[in-house]
Amino acid sequence: MTSLARASSGRLAENILHFARVLRAAGLPVGPSKVIAALEAVQAVGVEQREDFRTALAAVFIERHEQAALFDQAFELYWRNPRLLERMMQLLLPKVYSRAPRAEAEAPLPARLAEALAPPRAEDARAQEQETTIDAAFTFSPREVLQTRDFETMTSAELSEVKTMIARLRLPLPERPVRRTVAARHGSAIDLRASLRAMASAGGAVVPLAWRERRRRRPPLVVLCDISGSMDRYSRMLLFFLHAITNDRDRVHTLLFGTRLTNITRHLRRRDVDVAVARVSAAVSDWAGGTRIGACLGEFNRRWSRRLLGQGAIVLLISDGLDSDVGAGLAREMERLAKSCRRLIWLNPLLRYDKFEARPAGIRAMLPYVDEFLPVHNLESLKQLAASFQERHALRGASRRAAWRSPATLFAA
Amino acid sequence: MSPKPLPGSVDDVVGLLEQHDYFADRRLATSVFLALKMSRPLFLEGEAGVGKTEIAKVLARALGRELVRLQCYEGLDTASAVYEWNYPRQMIEIRLAEAIGKVDRDALAGDIFGEDFLIRRPILQALSSQVGAAPVLLIDELDRTDEPFEAYLLEVLAEYQVTIPELGPIKAPSPPIVVITSNRTREIHDAIKRRCLYHWVDYPSAARELAIVRRKAPGASTELSREVVAFTQRLRAMDLFKAPGIAETLDWAEALVALDRIALDPETVSSTLGALLKYQDDIGAVTPEVAAQLIAEARAEAAELRS
Repeated sequence: MTSLARASSGRLAENILHFARVLRAAGLPVGPSKVIAALEAVQAVGVEQREDFRTALAAVFIERHEQAALFDQAFELYWRNPRLLERMMQLLLPKVYSRAPRAEAEAPLPARLAEALAPPRAEDARAQEQETTIDAAFTFSPREVLQTRDFETMTSAELSEVKTMIARLRLPLPERPVRRTVAARHGSAIDLRASLRAMASAGGAVVPLAWRERRRRRPPLVVLCDISGSMDRYSRMLLFFLHAITNDRDRVHTLLFGTRLTNITRHLRRRDVDVAVARVSAAVSDWAGGTRIGACLGEFNRRWSRRLLGQGAIVLLISDGLDSDVGAGLAREMERLAKSCRRLIWLNPLLRYDKFEARPAGIRAMLPYVDEFLPVHNLESLKQLAASFQERHALRGASRRAAWRSPATLFAA
Repeated sequence: MSPKPLPGSVDDVVGLLEQHDYFADRRLATSVFLALKMSRPLFLEGEAGVGKTEIAKVLARALGRELVRLQCYEGLDTASAVYEWNYPRQMIEIRLAEAIGKVDRDALAGDIFGEDFLIRRPILQALSSQVGAAPVLLIDELDRTDEPFEAYLLEVLAEYQVTIPELGPIKAPSPPIVVITSNRTREIHDAIKRRCLYHWVDYPSAARELAIVRRKAPGASTELSREVVAFTQRLRAMDLFKAPGIAETLDWAEALVALDRIALDPETVSSTLGALLKYQDDIGAVTPEVAAQLIAEARAEAAELRS
């Protein structure tokens, strides 16, 4: 410990504690053990050199590269003038310092959510009521009506019912064998350890062999969901669906795209669907705008694919394929995406139309690279999704293993 | 190789690493110093080829310690990472006991699951060292393995001990210097990171990269080294799928030396670009015109460095 640190250790410890609280309020996962580690680190490097001091704190408090920018800003502000920052934090995050219970602080959220899911205007609702009666004539229960109704034509009351039904949906992706084994009655490899243990206790007499087999596990899932204007109504319902599957299993990553790409995985991890969706709404800035599918897929390929598509991930691409860039560079990015993942599944709400044709340039550019092309416009189609994963398990066409297309053939196609 | 004392300050770390041909910036040196001082694992993340693995090797050399390396891969299990029983020997032991006629079953089971029959894999090796000569344990590319192994590492990293059911816990007499690297092909669980000191290893500044090239590729002339570094730095600013790391810069410098080049020209750049860029798209993006422009800029910058 340096003399300076010793002399001011009381104040310094207090300041570091405060700084840790500031970081926690700003969203960094800073627990008490880290504060102790930070004190230890600061004592080790001393406080003579500002840069060393900063690195010491950074090494302890940062866990991900993304947090570095936030840390640096907080550090700059705090260690220049702690009071200034505290005032700013109080201004920005009143709930952090007040002792108000959480529920109170988050109470306005559902209201905001209700606003985001604006119910249709009066005349729309009336028109849709009529439709409902006609549909009901052919079905048995309101629930079944809902299952086949298009999300786009639902009233807000129906939407909320669908929301609870979606929350119960599961996505049974086929399990894949991984390179790890478990004990099994009839396995593919001999479990020497267990066999020898049995042998030793049997005193060397003949002992039946113990076996192990490869463990099976569901592959990681990466969802890329389009939230442009043309997908507006669907994407809100799909968010509920994404929330359900994110919390049902591990290794699900979700990114939204319109004109830019946003990773919302962390927000969807919130247990409460309303809180999760509200956080997503706040995090995404390009709701219901244009679509630049090619550019967004390009960004995904460069920034995220190596981090998310390891270990045989399956990609769900949810989009209507209507690209405002008219497919510029789209084919190339689709090809890279398709070749970086185990399977590429395209869910398209436009597929509900019987006369759907792959006319738009964007759709034509994307189609050659998808393994499966499925509709996603109502609850029934979401359920069918689950079934189709199991049926077409083995379907990974020879076309997928084709060589990279040369640029010449790409433009000719 | 006798163990040397740990460095006493950040400056000592910088000096020590530099003696062994590793030019660390002050932030990395601070993290290394803290890891040694607080005996916590050092978690290094960064793009491929920025010298993450090298730091562990250099540390082992500089501190006179043994380097125990564990290369991670999917499905890595305790049998290949921590320990395994020597099954053939156990089997012979059982047969012998049988032949002698001494069949005290409990004693036999105790015998064959003793230390003599244990095969030590990297992690157990790193934990069973002499006091004061703890090795450097390099857990390389942790992102390649799966979550179950990460969970196993928690005990190792927190307590520096492993538990073998037949023998009980084995605790390291002095904790090893642990360096974990990750290329970030997936996020490592927060529980692991919480136990470590985190450092993001970035691409080096031009001056530091030049120092590295001068030291590691002494065959390249001063002029060529300057141009190579300036060119690579410019390449990193481009929108590439995979920007070249320091390892690639060194490869390229050596390739140019092998071709007897003393300065860059567009033709040479085009034909040796494969040493720097590893994706066809990226190589396609550096057309001869782009290369010519980058060379011109690199020359100008190299001239500035000289003056």
